[in-house]
Amino acid sequence: MTDSKGELTKGGGLEDDVPSDVPAGGPLVEVRDVNKHFGELHVLRDVNLTVERGEVVVVIGPSGSGKSTLCRSINRLEPIDSGSILVDGKPLPQEGRELARLRADVGMVFQSFNLFAHKTILENVTLGPVKVRRERKEEAEKYALELLDRVGIANQAQKYPAQLSGGQQQRAAIARSLAMRPKVMLFDEPTSALDPEMINEVLDVMTGLARDGMTMIVVTHEMGFARRAAQKVVFMADGQIVESNTPEEFFTNPESDRAKDFLSKIITH
Amino acid sequence: MELSDLFDFGPFFDNFDAILDGFWATIRLSLAAGVLSLIIGTILASFRVAPVPVLRAAGTVYVNIVRNTPLTLVLIMCSLGLNDILALTFSDDSGTTYYWWAVLGLSAYTGAFVCEALRSGINTVPIGQAEAARSLGLTFSQSLRMIILPQAFRAVIAPLGSVFIAMIKNTTVATAASYAEVVTQMKTLLDLPSFTSGAIPLFLGVAIGFLILVLPTGYFFGWLAKRTAVVR
Repeated sequence: MTDSKGELTKGGGLEDDVPSDVPAGGPLVEVRDVNKHFGELHVLRDVNLTVERGEVVVVIGPSGSGKSTLCRSINRLEPIDSGSILVDGKPLPQEGRELARLRADVGMVFQSFNLFAHKTILENVTLGPVKVRRERKEEAEKYALELLDRVGIANQAQKYPAQLSGGQQQRAAIARSLAMRPKVMLFDEPTSALDPEMINEVLDVMTGLARDGMTMIVVTHEMGFARRAAQKVVFMADGQIVESNTPEEFFTNPESDRAKDFLSKIITH
Repeated sequence: MELSDLFDFGPFFDNFDAILDGFWATIRLSLAAGVLSLIIGTILASFRVAPVPVLRAAGTVYVNIVRNTPLTLVLIMCSLGLNDILALTFSDDSGTTYYWWAVLGLSAYTGAFVCEALRSGINTVPIGQAEAARSLGLTFSQSLRMIILPQAFRAVIAPLGSVFIAMIKNTTVATAASYAEVVTQMKTLLDLPSFTSGAIPLFLGVAIGFLILVLPTGYFFGWLAKRTAVVR
């Protein structure tokens, strides 16, 4: 699964000296028997998850269930205690250049956007391609503007993050991740910090991405999005994956009591 | 003592050229030490936040030792210890050598303060900025250089101004290290047998000279801090 093959990169100008390993086929993300503690707290308990290419997986569950930690551990923003995580057939490397290279292929969108405050939106989007992928600046800007246009904020390119609304910032953050031409995108509660009227503009962008075949792992409380865009819903509670099913099955026929309880609380609101 | 002694500006203006030379020496020392201490402080701060424990320890030890050593001691060690006894010289010209030792000693000392100011600036940058940088595939040094430090510097421009003001005044200690800056000039004048009156005006003149150097520095840093503030 981990044989190296010089790959022609998906976008222009991202040649690296070392050919990136891209085994054909196989799941894109594999989480195997992962455990993680925060001090006394056992936040991930024997978690197993497989994400196929082009699959959209929505992770839901009550707060404190470990879903954000799971999401963040996939690009090793949170190191795990035991078990293994494979992205595109390769286990996550230790901190260092190798890990940086892997993270470049894994897009991440945060709850609090985390746009670089001292850089314009355009600079935010081109930074990764220019500094990590070594793309030419003009090409990176051209692609960045295409992406900003796709998420509907091309006219904000020269502004600083603080000048944009939350929804616009999150869309810019999605464009920043897409600019790296990632293999998989991680969304860590992307709409939780947004005012209600801005949630849909972000979800629309995400739904579009899902439709275009992007592999996505989305931690969210947006059940509508899960029904609309996901192929699989994973329900977590107390650090464990309790249930994993298609959205249709999960929402109409939850198997576990924990999931039934969770859904009943959401629906009564 | 006669009252007129207090207002005898004669010696001050008679020796105005020597005093100006002294101030010029002070300015040269301040500028060079300012630049060098900024570089040293940035490197130290990078050490202190590095993921490598050895670098972190080295940065901590350096800052704690140098910051808690009197500047006079640092400078005398440079001039008497390293230069005179160990004969580590920069040039055959003793004036040049003492100048560079003063620059080095003052920068090594001020760098520790720059480091600590900068480190407090790094703490004002939200953790999410570093996480976003890492998730894009930037290495530690890239995210430090491109994302963290630029924001940290903007946050601490005003405190850095205070560090540099203190440094300009600390140049006077270089007189202990045989570097002929303005206080050395003043002391030489006072020690002349021909010097009989006008000591207080001489002090006042030198003090006003420092005001002229330091006040604009303070205003400049205040202006810069406002101009470059990062809006969140």
